[in-house]
Amino acid sequence: MEGDIVQMGAYIGAGLACTGMGGAAVGVGHVVGNFLSGALRNPSAAAGQTATMFIGIAFAEALGIFSFLVALLLMFAV
Amino acid sequence: MATEEHSEGLVFHPMDQFQIKPLFGGDTIHMYTPTNATLWMALTILAIFALFVLGTRGRATVPTRIQSIAELGYGFIHKMVEDVAGKDGLKYFPYIFTVFCFIVFSNFLGLLPKAFTTTSHIAVTAILAMAVFITVTILGFVKNGAGFLSLFWISAAPLPLRPLLALIEVISYFVRPVSHSIRLAGNMMAGHAVIKVFAAFAPLVLISTGIGLAVTPLSIIAITAIYALEVLVAFIQAYVFTILTCVYLKDALHPHH
Repeated sequence: MEGDIVQMGAYIGAGLACTGMGGAAVGVGHVVGNFLSGALRNPSAAAGQTATMFIGIAFAEALGIFSFLVALLLMFAV
Repeated sequence: MATEEHSEGLVFHPMDQFQIKPLFGGDTIHMYTPTNATLWMALTILAIFALFVLGTRGRATVPTRIQSIAELGYGFIHKMVEDVAGKDGLKYFPYIFTVFCFIVFSNFLGLLPKAFTTTSHIAVTAILAMAVFITVTILGFVKNGAGFLSLFWISAAPLPLRPLLALIEVISYFVRPVSHSIRLAGNMMAGHAVIKVFAAFAPLVLISTGIGLAVTPLSIIAITAIYALEVLVAFIQAYVFTILTCVYLKDALHPHH
């Protein structure tokens, strides 16, 4: 019986960890949105900055991936 | 472990596709057992070999179609290394291009039906990321000596803040291989699992009536859309892995902020 409660806690925790991905979504959207608003003002400078945009996306996304990792650990490792 | 409902008509195991199985039967997996991961890594290497060795064999001045694909990929990564890591980073271009080719080919081969995505395993991507991390750290100390530590001591910041910033920089430096590897594996795994979840909804037409009949066409449309997204993600994640390798290389070559 106690094992069941522990498992329930792990599943609830995994679900809660997934809310962190929403933060990553906001972050990635913010990066791309700002890139686009800058790029439309000065399209000639935009091409050189796409690599920077992808680096920004990668850093914003990393934290969302960590929450995904926590969810996976709760589901399969704990 | 995920719950297993054998009483229901709708049974799905979206994570089963990532299981490692021995190729030639048997249950035990030793270090040397050929598994499906081995098979698909070998196919990845063969595909790269076919494109870059057999495809460019003619060395034509006016390239054939397959040769121009190889040249396009080569030029793309060459320019990226030069832009991000600088001219002196070009010395390390062969390694970066090898990593890029391996990741992009195993991502795309993993998209084939019934295929096994080798990059969806953290064990595989962790090796790739740790190789980059260890190489870059050693390279930084060899090139700059103790000056490499100035990467953590930000001289542009006010003096009282510097110890705190140094602590944050050190932590973020050691988290790099973690995020570097899990980003790739997580994206690959999540995308394939989502496709499998929708695929499990598709046969609902067989057991349901009424509004449940609408689920099947909707899930097939969803699979198509997510598959298209996955094709994009497969390339972008390889690109992101490579560009971060270039950024880390730049930090090792020029640690001064």
